[in-house]
Amino acid sequence: MTDLTLNPTRNRLQSQNWIEKAGIGHILLALFLLIYPAMASDFFLTQIGGYSLVLGMIALSLMLLAGYGGMVSLAQITVAGAAGYVVAIFGENNSGVYGFGWPWWIYGPLAIMIASMMSALIGWIAVRTEGIYTIMITLAVATACFYFAQQNYALFNGFPGYNGLRAPEFFGVYWRDPVPFYYLCLANAVVAYVAVLYGARSTFGLTLQAIRDNQRRMRAIGFNVTAHKVFAWWLAGLIAGAAGILLVWFNGRISPGTIAVGPSINILVIAIIGGLRHPIGPFLGAVIVVLMQTFAIDLVGAERFNTLIGLVFLVIVFISPDGILGLWERFKPQEGRDNWRSFKKAANKSENQGRNA
Amino acid sequence: MATNVAASRLQGTGTNALELDGVGRQFGALAALSGISMRIAAGERRAVLGSNGAGKTTLFNTITGDFNPTSGTIRFFGEDITTLAAHERIRRGLRRTYQISQLFTNLTVLESVYLACRGVSRRRYSLLRPRASDGAMAQAESIVHAVHLDGEKDAMVGTLSHGQQRQLEIALALAGAPRFILFDEPAAGLSPTERRDLIDILNALPKHIGYIIIEHDLDVALRVSEYVSMMHNGRLFKEGTPEEIENDPTVQEIYLGGGHRHG
Repeated sequence: MTDLTLNPTRNRLQSQNWIEKAGIGHILLALFLLIYPAMASDFFLTQIGGYSLVLGMIALSLMLLAGYGGMVSLAQITVAGAAGYVVAIFGENNSGVYGFGWPWWIYGPLAIMIASMMSALIGWIAVRTEGIYTIMITLAVATACFYFAQQNYALFNGFPGYNGLRAPEFFGVYWRDPVPFYYLCLANAVVAYVAVLYGARSTFGLTLQAIRDNQRRMRAIGFNVTAHKVFAWWLAGLIAGAAGILLVWFNGRISPGTIAVGPSINILVIAIIGGLRHPIGPFLGAVIVVLMQTFAIDLVGAERFNTLIGLVFLVIVFISPDGILGLWERFKPQEGRDNWRSFKKAANKSENQGRNA
Repeated sequence: MATNVAASRLQGTGTNALELDGVGRQFGALAALSGISMRIAAGERRAVLGSNGAGKTTLFNTITGDFNPTSGTIRFFGEDITTLAAHERIRRGLRRTYQISQLFTNLTVLESVYLACRGVSRRRYSLLRPRASDGAMAQAESIVHAVHLDGEKDAMVGTLSHGQQRQLEIALALAGAPRFILFDEPAAGLSPTERRDLIDILNALPKHIGYIIIEHDLDVALRVSEYVSMMHNGRLFKEGTPEEIENDPTVQEIYLGGGHRHG
């Protein structure tokens, strides 16, 4: 929405004040998220707020790959899970296996680094394929990792995984308490969101989108397409890895169930419900899915709540293949509608009238 | 000019932009190219003519590395590039355009050309937004100007007319100090006015930039080239100056019908 392009409008935007630069939508959203703890109960703060932000980040890593790079991955929860297992092994756990007790400021960066390297490795395998084959190969990797973690006791402690993972205490705060945990998730999510939003118009961001549009032409102007795609996977791994740490602090445990096929498809559902056009989509999708998963059981009972979730998913995809963002594009106030950059076009309407006509 | 070209074609390998020796390409049992040998001097402007299916685009694809030849060698300014990755060939100064426009429909014109400039320079992985003061951006602006797309530079590529997309194809090939360009039917689908524009653009290219142009429109091809190679059924069968080719009875037969006799 604060879409800065490479053209003279950029100078216009630079001369705008910060409110116009950020966009009124962003400011209202930021205000709401900041004062949300004042309105919400502990349950809504953590189980809905914090959890949505964490899942939103994992889905954001998928949005980065799928929306900008055209690579749909089912292995994002696997990458997050890798970070989670690093936390369990190098931090503290009460499963009696490993748990070296390293401080968070060592195991945290280590977890993100290992997760991102793993993401790059998965990417390196997956970028040889395209379209549905990328989905299949990442599903295969995710499934293999799930079974490996389940059967390997030496490193992953098999079926039970690791329990008793505690978020750290520093600055006199226990970061798993509802309000600190919410703000911790919010801070991480905002950093990831702003980075993706800014990066989309960076040289690498443009490169990635150009590769999505036409790989052959990218090779013919001197780009090593494979290397750029793998780099995108590595970047996505940074986001998924950070989210993975928050996820195990939230759950207090990690087991193969965390990285099973169900949760990995869940991430895809979140990203698609929200929409892949803009980095806000995964967070919208996460809120909807978390709310549904939490309350559907009250509406239709324990046996049918997945049916309700499935129906809502079908309805959204049926009405708008671009998810919630697609609905917004369709029903928002009239301006240029040809693509998601129309937010900027609206601001520069007078200049661009000729083109949109 | 033709004699200069002919003389330079006989000189040592160092001066040749492109040397093909016995290049062949098989697709299963089909020989799309066989035994293509040609030498093109640096700065030379060559037209490759031939009927549909003669192997012209396949020739381009093997030179640029879209796929490798199954036999023979390709040298670019003396360096063997036969098995080099496509992007490595581009970084050595080789460029191409496509018969069917291959563009980035969701980027703007300027962004596309900026990427083409960035593709052959450093900071390809930069996570920062390009600045207006960026050298590649300045170069992109001047290339957009050179192909007469100034008015459209902030337009999304997907919204351009066919003619403008063809101009952008050329802009992408001009980015980042090319030494040799392969133009694959740049005039396809252009109006007469746009064709004149295209001829102006090609003739205004710096003299050190050589090219091969595939073109069905003889008016265009013979006005922008110094030397002509004729292809038929995957082979080169005639080379000469535009005048020689224009007056050659076998060429006339192929272009005016009866080409099957040369199969």
